[in-house]
Amino acid sequence: MPGWLDDFLWTYQNLVHALGINGLLALSMYVVLAVGQLSLGQAAFMGLGAYSSAIMTLKFKLPFLLVLPASCIAPALFALAIGAPTLRLSGVYLAIATIGLGEVLRAVYINVDWLGGALGLSGIPDSAEFWMIYGLLGVAVVALWLVGRSGIGRAMEAIREDETAAQVLGINLARYRLGALLTSAVLAGLAGALGAHSSSFIGPNEYGFEPAVTILSFALLGGSGTPLGPVLGAWILTLLPELLRGFSDLRLVFNGLIIVLVVLFLPAGLLGVRMRRRAA
Amino acid sequence: MISKFNYGLLRSQEKVVGSRGLLAPGGSRAEPWWGAGQRPAGLPSPAVGGYSGAMLAQQLVNGVLLGASYALFALGFTLMFGVLRVINLTYGFYFSAGAFVALFLTRDAGFGIWAALPLAAAAAGVIAVVLDWLLLARLRRQGAPELASLMVTLGGVLALYSAATAVLGPDIRRLPPGLVAGAPFEFFGLRVSTPQLLVLVASFVLVGALIWLLHGTRLGLAIRAMAEKPDAAGLMGIDTGRTAALVSFVSGCLAGAGGVLIGLNFNAIQPYMGESMMLRGFVVVIVGGLGDIRGALIAGLALGVVEVLTAGYVSSGLKEAVAFAILVAVLWTRPSGLFGRPTLRRA
Repeated sequence: MPGWLDDFLWTYQNLVHALGINGLLALSMYVVLAVGQLSLGQAAFMGLGAYSSAIMTLKFKLPFLLVLPASCIAPALFALAIGAPTLRLSGVYLAIATIGLGEVLRAVYINVDWLGGALGLSGIPDSAEFWMIYGLLGVAVVALWLVGRSGIGRAMEAIREDETAAQVLGINLARYRLGALLTSAVLAGLAGALGAHSSSFIGPNEYGFEPAVTILSFALLGGSGTPLGPVLGAWILTLLPELLRGFSDLRLVFNGLIIVLVVLFLPAGLLGVRMRRRAA
Repeated sequence: MISKFNYGLLRSQEKVVGSRGLLAPGGSRAEPWWGAGQRPAGLPSPAVGGYSGAMLAQQLVNGVLLGASYALFALGFTLMFGVLRVINLTYGFYFSAGAFVALFLTRDAGFGIWAALPLAAAAAGVIAVVLDWLLLARLRRQGAPELASLMVTLGGVLALYSAATAVLGPDIRRLPPGLVAGAPFEFFGLRVSTPQLLVLVASFVLVGALIWLLHGTRLGLAIRAMAEKPDAAGLMGIDTGRTAALVSFVSGCLAGAGGVLIGLNFNAIQPYMGESMMLRGFVVVIVGGLGDIRGALIAGLALGVVEVLTAGYVSSGLKEAVAFAILVAVLWTRPSGLFGRPTLRRA
């Protein structure tokens, strides 16, 4: 690595890591939106990944290269428990069932001493490297792009545009949706583990309602036509508060307003292009 | 029910770790008011009598009284969904708004609680109509998918809560003392505080008024017709835009009244109180069945009892988790609600 890049990464390490991690989170939202569902549990899945990975590192002393893949297990199990019953129903049920998840888990983290209680877990080693975060982000973008171009992506788009028509075409709605939710939980869990291992501290208040809405605003601002849109949205919304330091109190107001304005006036998002496919 | 941690510690910790540049700091608000082991004034401590039959009876009474406020809150939410077919997440904000209007009226303007309660409810109703017009009317006209309206209210409510917190501060505020005078009542050795009694009476009155409105007036007929089939209702000469505004107003009033009564009962008011309440609202409307008023009443009372028993015999910090486990269990077994028809409305 050239010297200037090393210096740059050292100075802005937190921000550079946050950009990559938030990109992963935006992708995890994108996968669910791509099948016409809304999950408000992305922050909770991220928290589960963060907590389970921190426990594995701190209490069981496992190496990070083992901890990172294992951190998807807890979020995936929760996604299965909530997604399996709700994804058969209309879209509002998944949203309702997941919106409370973050707050509920927060109460659990606070009240269980083994999980650090109100103080959270600290002293997590700084083992998340630049190449891990951006490697995963790159792999996720490429994989989602390839899936999006394939028949699976076509089926997902059909589900999003018209459920009934998709069903008539023989697409198994519940299976595609559950697959999407599991993928998104895994991505969020990985992002949580990487976040925990690049900030040395995690607390119970970091994975509640507000981060969940923030993640949604990443995906909506960027637009969910291609995987690049959400990543762009995440980067804009991560960099913006750094540039507008003075308005930090109003950052969440801003995020909320972005969702309102984008849904009302810019439904396709900033990168509103659709994926190109060969004719079937 | 004594909380395990102390506030000062948590707050200072949040300040240290607050700004990480990663997502929201999450430390911008105070602990939800029931997480702190707040309990309605004038209740005997459960630790005093030990785990006896008398304590169980007292817990059941407390649970029903708490549940009445949950039912009241969830009623407006389920009405809004039943008629407008929208999960309106700004609903929790009306609850906070009602409590704050009552706080300003009683503390700064010298109103009594009997004048402040209807005024605060009406103010919350007006806020509900304005927000419905700003956020949802346009989507309704376009016939947008239900997730679009859910997302728009989600963004709206985050902006509203954060703006309210920025303006009013995250601190817990208290209503002026002596608003509702009187020592706790005793019935057969069971104690009921005056605010609790007020919640119960007000819930009965408001629920009765709602049922009368829906089933005893022409307006109610229009609302029910619109709930059944909006297009047909429009063709029958019902002004659907005005009916939607009216439903928003009534729901907002119910939420606002709930906010005042619960603020009074727990004597703790802060901007995010509506969000914690929404969690209960979701459990109640899912368990009772989305859009089902009778179901919301029963489920609200039941949730109150379950929460109080969990807090009394297990741990006060885990009552959210228990409520949520019930929500997931109902979704697995009876997704149209405990009292719902077996056929599902698939979108």
